[in-house]
Amino acid sequence: MIVCMTITEQHERTYGYADLPRLMALMTGDEKHSPAATSTLDVLWVLHDRVLRIGPERLEDPERDRFLLSKGHGPMAYYAVLAAKGFVPVDWLPGFGAYDSPLGHHPDRMLVPGVEIGSGSLGHGLPIGVGTALGLRAQGLHEPRVWVLIGDAELDEGSNHEAIAFAGPAGLERLHTVVIDNASASHARPGGIAARFEAAGWSTVTVDGRDHEALYAAFTAPHPGRPHAVVAQVEPKSE
Amino acid sequence: MDTMRDRFAPVALRLLDEDPRVAVVLAEIGAAGFVEARRRHPDRVINVGIREQLLIGAASGLALTGMRPIVHTFASFLVERPFEQVKLDLGHQGVGAVLVSAAASFDWPAGGYTHMAPGDVALLDTLDGWTVHVPGHPDEAETLLRHAVAAGDDKVYVRLSVQSNAQALPVDGARFHTVREGRSGVVVAVGPMLDAVLDATTGLDVTVLYAATVRPFDAAALRRATATAGADIVLVEPYLAGTSTAVANDALADVPHRVLGLGVGRRELRRYGTVEEHVAAHGLDARSLRERISGFMTGTRMPVRA
Repeated sequence: MIVCMTITEQHERTYGYADLPRLMALMTGDEKHSPAATSTLDVLWVLHDRVLRIGPERLEDPERDRFLLSKGHGPMAYYAVLAAKGFVPVDWLPGFGAYDSPLGHHPDRMLVPGVEIGSGSLGHGLPIGVGTALGLRAQGLHEPRVWVLIGDAELDEGSNHEAIAFAGPAGLERLHTVVIDNASASHARPGGIAARFEAAGWSTVTVDGRDHEALYAAFTAPHPGRPHAVVAQVEPKSE
Repeated sequence: MDTMRDRFAPVALRLLDEDPRVAVVLAEIGAAGFVEARRRHPDRVINVGIREQLLIGAASGLALTGMRPIVHTFASFLVERPFEQVKLDLGHQGVGAVLVSAAASFDWPAGGYTHMAPGDVALLDTLDGWTVHVPGHPDEAETLLRHAVAAGDDKVYVRLSVQSNAQALPVDGARFHTVREGRSGVVVAVGPMLDAVLDATTGLDVTVLYAATVRPFDAAALRRATATAGADIVLVEPYLAGTSTAVANDALADVPHRVLGLGVGRRELRRYGTVEEHVAAHGLDARSLRERISGFMTGTRMPVRA
């Protein structure tokens, strides 16, 4: 029912990147994660606009790509993109965080069309992404790509490292990670993020997380036989 | 006699052969039993290494793509260590899996407390929608494993143990089985506790129910039993004492009743040794059980145990 409503309403008009700030502004309330919400904006847009083979008309399509927002904090940019792409009606946005709204401060896959995982507790997306890639492979679905968005501080969670260390040697080439690096980890070394993935046998690219062409090139770079990590650097988080 | 765990890999292999949805996910423990299965189904027998958060997370991802993951390791590393993954990656994501544990409460006492998980069922009780099978015999384990995998996309826990009864009973994956009928109390024996309970209650005028599936709890069977045997209930569970006391109370909420929950004590014994020694230390041997059950039924004050 939700799906049908989404499809019919979104065809009334199309939204572009320039509409995202207005869509985000519809989500009023005491949102605490504004800097985090915008750190992901350009990555989310380029992925959803140009890379991911998904859409509101193919929510159950086994051949669709899977986008897993692991860093569930500050999902306003994500909801804005989902609204712009017709997954959710724009008129859901003002209810952000309300009791009867499907749009919470952390997304729930059971409530929001197009959301592949519920997130909020950090460090869950990448292990689930590994399983998703394994499940697709086991069913002979070799086309769908799995993308997991995580934050640089989220990498503190050890569960990510279990997934990173497994996925490289397992050769999960359909698995992709984009790390939004806004230098928010309290303990980090410059270059440490890409090095960690490389040490586990991943292909990596580090790019300007605001440069759409650079992001697109990084997202579509070939990486035969290996999982691929894109480190998208954005302005450091301000306190 | 072979153990429940000896049956696990062969049963899982047949399920892999029969159903393309089935995948087995391991974290090293038990991998030696799956060499042939892995050769036959390389993409559906997955060993993630010693990574238990990934173990459950990967199972979630498999389930999200439509598969039926069977996940196996020791109970302490399957339920306790990655508990948030069990809560979120399965429950919150709305997907299911079959978690098959080994080592139970103290199957390897010489391994010490790190490899004991008497709290596994109680932990799962904090979550919604889990089916919990506690087979009491390898044949029952085989039946309940098949039952678990066939249960759609349900979340199912199968608790395998080296503790076992001499004879298997017919199990259907849901209902309690009436083993003995009496008029002065009901004893519910869970899984491998049955033989000790039958020894302990020899000559006592009590009904003995056998439970190889404890969640959902067969409240109807307990209520039926109390109709003739009265509402003095003793639960004998091979995991944390009192784990099912609340569900038994709920089953009898509208009638006066008493419930005694026997099982593994909370206190860390800091002992190695044998299974039999730990059974006795927790007061779960037939002689201790008889003393505690008859004391409770007759209203005699019982010594407090570990």
